[in-house]
Amino acid sequence: MTNSSAAVNPKSAIIIGGGHNGLVCASYLAKAGYSVEVLEARSSVGGGAATSQFGDGFQVSGLAHVLHSLHPTVCKDLKLAESGLDTGAAIQTIALDAMGNHLTLGKNDVTGSGLSAEDIKAYSEFKQEFRDYASALEPLMMNKPPRLKNMDNKDKFTLAKLGWKLRFGLGGDAMSEFLRVGGINIYDVLNDVFDDPRIKGAIAVDAVMGQHMGPRTPTTVLTYLHRVWGETQSQSSLPPGGMGQVAKALLADAKGRGVKIRTDAKVEEIIVSQGRASGVKLASGEQLNAALVVSNADAKTTFLKLMDIAELDAMFAHRIHKTRTNGNVAKLHFGLSALPTISGLSTDQLAQRLLVAPDLRYVEHAFNHAKYGEYSQQPILEITLPSIADPSLAPAGHHVMSVSASFAPYALKQGWDEQQRKAFVDTVIAVIEQYAPGFANTIVAQELLTPVDIEEQYHVTGGHWHHGELAIDQSFMMRPVHGAAQYDTPINGLFLCGAGAHPGGGITGIPGRNAARRIIDMGRS
Amino acid sequence: MSNVIQQGPMHDFTEVLRHSPFHDRIEQQSQIKSWSSWNGYQTARVFDSLSAEYFAVRSSCSVMDLTPMEKYSITGPDALKFLNRLVTRDISKIKPGRVTYVVWCNDDGKVLDDGTIFHLQQGEYRLCSQHHQLDWLLISSLGMDVTITEETHEVAALSVQGPTAYSVLTAAGFVGLDTLKPFGILHTTFNGIDVTISRTGYTGDLGYELWVDPANALLMWDCVFSVKQRGLYDIRCIGLEALEMVRIEAGFIMPGDDFNTAETTIRAGHDRSPFEVGLGWVVNFEKGHFTGKQALLKELASPIQRRLVKMSVEGNKSPDESFIYDSKNGKNIGAIKVQCWSPILKANLALADIEYANGKPPAELWTEIFYKKELAWRVQWARCTASETAFWTHPRRSATPPQRY
Repeated sequence: MTNSSAAVNPKSAIIIGGGHNGLVCASYLAKAGYSVEVLEARSSVGGGAATSQFGDGFQVSGLAHVLHSLHPTVCKDLKLAESGLDTGAAIQTIALDAMGNHLTLGKNDVTGSGLSAEDIKAYSEFKQEFRDYASALEPLMMNKPPRLKNMDNKDKFTLAKLGWKLRFGLGGDAMSEFLRVGGINIYDVLNDVFDDPRIKGAIAVDAVMGQHMGPRTPTTVLTYLHRVWGETQSQSSLPPGGMGQVAKALLADAKGRGVKIRTDAKVEEIIVSQGRASGVKLASGEQLNAALVVSNADAKTTFLKLMDIAELDAMFAHRIHKTRTNGNVAKLHFGLSALPTISGLSTDQLAQRLLVAPDLRYVEHAFNHAKYGEYSQQPILEITLPSIADPSLAPAGHHVMSVSASFAPYALKQGWDEQQRKAFVDTVIAVIEQYAPGFANTIVAQELLTPVDIEEQYHVTGGHWHHGELAIDQSFMMRPVHGAAQYDTPINGLFLCGAGAHPGGGITGIPGRNAARRIIDMGRS
Repeated sequence: MSNVIQQGPMHDFTEVLRHSPFHDRIEQQSQIKSWSSWNGYQTARVFDSLSAEYFAVRSSCSVMDLTPMEKYSITGPDALKFLNRLVTRDISKIKPGRVTYVVWCNDDGKVLDDGTIFHLQQGEYRLCSQHHQLDWLLISSLGMDVTITEETHEVAALSVQGPTAYSVLTAAGFVGLDTLKPFGILHTTFNGIDVTISRTGYTGDLGYELWVDPANALLMWDCVFSVKQRGLYDIRCIGLEALEMVRIEAGFIMPGDDFNTAETTIRAGHDRSPFEVGLGWVVNFEKGHFTGKQALLKELASPIQRRLVKMSVEGNKSPDESFIYDSKNGKNIGAIKVQCWSPILKANLALADIEYANGKPPAELWTEIFYKKELAWRVQWARCTASETAFWTHPRRSATPPQRY
């Protein structure tokens, strides 16, 4: 234990939380010559990128289950392929239809029975258009969000690149269209572009899943763009061995760079004095000092739980407190004695990403319940059966099904007691039964993670996928709040590197990378 | 079933301005019925003659109803921690039975309001402020074990100020004032009622503030005024206008009048830091964190841009809302915010917001005064002299025991 600040290496950093962003940040910092120690409260690293076990011999991606946006820049910079990263084969999205007229929604094309030629054409154009918009935002995503007041040169450069990309990358007409739709809701846009309800329902899932939003909520175009941004860079896939394999590769890389990793090391307090963070105190009472403390925890945990609130200005603390961080997605895991049978789907198609969201009304109605603290009576579902491609995830002859189900609000009116939990699982099973009759009889093991469970098990306030809504007022230069949106915080030496920071959640690695770059830049000046 | 409408705690919507617990007496004393709203209370601007009221403060004894002042009770295990994070001063130095002047800022280090903190009993505080602050106090209390209760309407307060204030209160029967030092608090029982007396005020002169349960307000008023009825000392009610004069003489600022408070400012740069309103002396960087500390440290790193300054203006023409120039016919560098003619000092006094060049006060200050003679406008230039100290102060303000008259 070092008490004298003179003895602290100015390039030493403690990272609170060994989630994927914490590991990415650690690797980037180590690469730049920093001495880094990662402290993880759980017994394994990876955070939302985890493989967990349930039932008797079933394994599944514990939280995130479709890898769709791990950024190639991170893979390249950290040479993750050399650390054994295998993202798996690309998968497509299949929008399930109760009558068996399923649609396959690819990156560019939509196929399925009953589609009009107009919708097929509109889909390709729509996807290209939105990928163009997302690409135009790339300079914004890959840099600290520029301040609009007191800009530094980097901020000016980011804004110039963004402006150039919007104006000349998109072209005048597309830019106008982007500015028209950028802040509105996906419901209006989809109704404007498509006729087929199945396409609209499926796309709406990408706009609202993980948020407290329905298709009619303003700024759902932005959340959809956030999702499409991943598509511009990478493909959707189910990593063999589950999402924990991604964490494993990140861990191997970090260790290879000399990063010290400690698991079962729960940080209880960030030590702050005279406006500067100087280290952390662990639950064990052990104190660790470093020049920099980087928090991969969400902003509420970082500022309101891990430090004395009196070290913060009152309005800053209030604004952090008021950020919207209640999650809406429950995770369900089913161990199955047999593959479900969905009329019209081959085994190969079952191995894709399956969506239950037959139309926009269905999605909006699912959300309606969440507004009143109820779970959806007809939830939207994102289903994967990873054991088809990777049989090692389930005992011989068995399969594992992973379901993200929305809306299951964190603040359920009656609370998530045993009765509510069972009722919700039954609801989800009943919905799946509509598409896969007989599915319920094959369940041999099951697990439910409500947002409350996610909060407890993954140490994420509200159990929110993105550590906080990706609404426009909590995005970019206002993520998590202005005053902490450029990874540095009002506390000197304390940085944010998690999903609560720009550009938000998903297994992208970008918040971790951007934070490291910010730390390195500030260390130079 | 009865047809009687339930009398609940509902606001009486027919009551435009609230009556203070002293209202019956104030109404009686008011000769000219010149009323104004002070925090929603019906408050006298002038009772009969402004000059008589002014001289009551400076030469004899004045009484003013202070009930409308915003008052908050602050208690709980984190009360001290809460206050120290709220205000710029170190409140841990304020012992029980003491009062201190404080100012508090938003995150940007801009003044939200000023007021006084009373350390009533160990760990029990009262914060008095000029403007309503409950929202800010609650925001500031996030994560702290502190109970904040607005008690503006639950505590009646009377200000007794002037050279004979001590003699008057002693003659009225209050005991223990001889040892009460400036900014001290005395809890006493008087004619069977609990009264808290603080040696505080807004006049720069000897004076006390009396705090009592509203139910006992009139009883206390009558006791004080009995001294006058017995022919011992003159006592005069004063209104807001006399108070304005004496506070300018004493160099006390009024947030919202002399400068924009941060939460009411719309335009960037129109709010003010403590340094900019001459309150740098209440900012303590040695203590722990307080809201606005980082911003104020940053502000100190560069030369001060502007200051609210006390100044006297030559001549006898009123420089009301006049511009300030750096020379006669020179550059406009600011404006007078409040001003008064000081009868006791025979001078025009003002508070002006002026720009500093390179962190330094201007070498000269001039103002252009427009005034009317027989309804015809005239204009005249007047030189102004800035002063860092209050124009009016008197040794009797702090003498303990106070002088008897």
